[in-house]
Amino acid sequence: MRRRWLAAVAITMASVLGLSGCGGSGGGTASPQATGGGEKKQVEVFSWWTGPGEADGLKAMRAIFEKENPNYTFFDAAVAGGSGDKAKALLQSKLQADTPPDTFQGHAGAELQGYIKAGDLEDLNALYDELKLKDVFPSQLIDQISVDGKIYSVPVNIHRSNVLWFNPKVLKDAGIAAAPKSVDEFIADLGKVKAKGKIPLSIGSEWTVVHLMESVLLGSLGTDAYNALFKPGANWGSPEVKKALESFKTIMTYAGDPQDDWQPAAKQVADGEAAFNIMGDWAYGYFHNPPDGGLGKKSKEDFDWAPSPGTEGTYLWLSDSFTLPKGAKNRDGALAWLKVAASKEGQDAFNPKKGSIPARKDADQSLYTDYLADALKDWSSNKLAGSIQHGVSVNQPWLASITEAVGLFIGSKDVTALQKGLADAATANAQ
Amino acid sequence: MRRARTWLPGLLLVTPSIVAIGVFVYGMLGWNFRLAMTDKHDEVSEGKFVGLKNFVDIWDLPRWHLSVQHTIMFTLVFVLGALVLGWFLAFLMEKGVRGEGTFRAIYLFPMAISFVATGIVWRWLMNSGMEQRAVGLNRLFDWIGLPQWQWFRDPDWGMAAMALPAVWQMSGYVMALFLAGFRGVPEELREAARVDGCNEWGVYRYVVLPMLRPVTLSALIILGHISLKVFDLIVAVSGKQIITDVPAVFMWVAVFDSHDPAKGATIASYIVLSVAIFVIPYLIWSVRKERRS
Repeated sequence: MRRRWLAAVAITMASVLGLSGCGGSGGGTASPQATGGGEKKQVEVFSWWTGPGEADGLKAMRAIFEKENPNYTFFDAAVAGGSGDKAKALLQSKLQADTPPDTFQGHAGAELQGYIKAGDLEDLNALYDELKLKDVFPSQLIDQISVDGKIYSVPVNIHRSNVLWFNPKVLKDAGIAAAPKSVDEFIADLGKVKAKGKIPLSIGSEWTVVHLMESVLLGSLGTDAYNALFKPGANWGSPEVKKALESFKTIMTYAGDPQDDWQPAAKQVADGEAAFNIMGDWAYGYFHNPPDGGLGKKSKEDFDWAPSPGTEGTYLWLSDSFTLPKGAKNRDGALAWLKVAASKEGQDAFNPKKGSIPARKDADQSLYTDYLADALKDWSSNKLAGSIQHGVSVNQPWLASITEAVGLFIGSKDVTALQKGLADAATANAQ
Repeated sequence: MRRARTWLPGLLLVTPSIVAIGVFVYGMLGWNFRLAMTDKHDEVSEGKFVGLKNFVDIWDLPRWHLSVQHTIMFTLVFVLGALVLGWFLAFLMEKGVRGEGTFRAIYLFPMAISFVATGIVWRWLMNSGMEQRAVGLNRLFDWIGLPQWQWFRDPDWGMAAMALPAVWQMSGYVMALFLAGFRGVPEELREAARVDGCNEWGVYRYVVLPMLRPVTLSALIILGHISLKVFDLIVAVSGKQIITDVPAVFMWVAVFDSHDPAKGATIASYIVLSVAIFVIPYLIWSVRKERRS
């Protein structure tokens, strides 16, 4: 009898322990403690840079960080997934559990608003003053990432969203002399390509269609009207927006079958099956890099680029940036990382590998060649407009509503419903 | 005291499970329902009680209608497909295929794979590329001269295609259930039927099939509840695109992208309720049956 009791108690205890054990290790991912040695403190850097190019860039920046800060070790808490879909979900749960990483990647601009509102981030004005960053970043950029006069992130790079990629041979066959300069020219050109039996415009999964829409909106409305859409009380119901969305609908009728993601869509252009593709300038690395990570195509010959139709003179930008979460275990380490990320040396190490240009104005121009030289030139002279899909102009809930409206539109082709969806999204989320 | 000795050890043994289930299942369920009845539409607000408002309002969203329609189509194709295929496989086994053990293992193997792994493989198999770009099933169909399909990207039948990997994965399990059912039919009954002049078809029609009813019901419920809360397969195949939206994916987007906990909780509640419609009658039925026997 006694034995049975003992067994019962033992099993009870064991299962209770087992349960708490489960709780303790829940999540399982990256819960970095100070490393065993005790002297070196760990800095947990959370990003979604795991792909070719971007991971190399991160490694280059890490090398500089570790050289300059022998007291810290770099802990790479990267989570795979384009545009940070999965990373953001994990980050959300870490923030809610009050166990933030020491610093995390986020798209600069409105995407960070949710974190700011929830009180997850420290403002970095002191750091900006200390390093005189306001002098080295373009003032339009500083304006567009400030919230009530405070800045919460350090932009590491700049990407361009409004790039029209095309296959020069396919255009020549279709009798198109140069890249279209306006939305109407673009539609005419799409028709010419279609007559030749090629795919006029390649698209990928649904987010690439939102990406396409932001370029069409910018091209049709013009820079100032586009930027005004994201101010409080903006009128998304205007006839101008309607006209832009009608053009968007027409353009979508020329789209090929949706591909799995942006890469297969870009590949259709590189392979000469499709004429045009509108995608951010990360596509350059994919076109240009040698096989195993890229397609190894010759620029200007196999593929070429121009600002997307009607957007010449405007840089529809997005930027990856790093933040300082409140309650970071190793705040000093995080600040040391932010200093590297903000430095000329750090940005010049990271960007040529990632295929983007530095946010700083004083970058070493010789490092940026071919497409990147064009981008650097435009960045210093163009007007700026913030990307929708990549979190500059709209916060996450707003983007989710826009994505939903566009996703429904792909099925219904109903411009009125799309415009209403976009207008409702703006009313609910603009602030 | 003597009595306590008989029941206390047993109670102690199950207490941890009772506590864990109480907190992590029923406690969380209650918490979720409470959240669904507040207006906590972002992470920072307090959330006032608004009753069933969220449950009513969600029917104004076109996306909700779409995801419900998708679930219905997915459920129909998946449940019927897996039942019919599983039954057919079990029938063949029962008729005595040589090497039955091997076949059984082969058909059961997909069960051991997670929906995510299945989804990633089928995402490639069901690639919508056609003609010279065809890969996976379209390439195969091209070879043998069958028409090629958009698969899960088809605007009308996409969700039916999405059910194929689920059928592939679960029909082996249904086969195992039915096989056990077939084996549970006593040989004497069949012989008795034959003696009474029943042909082989009649034996199945009037003796074996009626006896499989409880198994069919169990299979229906197991498949039905998997189908109503399907998430991993969809996300692995197509991500969170609207064209394959289902309530569970919508819930994920509502919580993590829209940052709207109340909306997410409302969708979660609807998923639980829809599963309960399947499971509760089954529980009542099985409890009654146990009492009877």
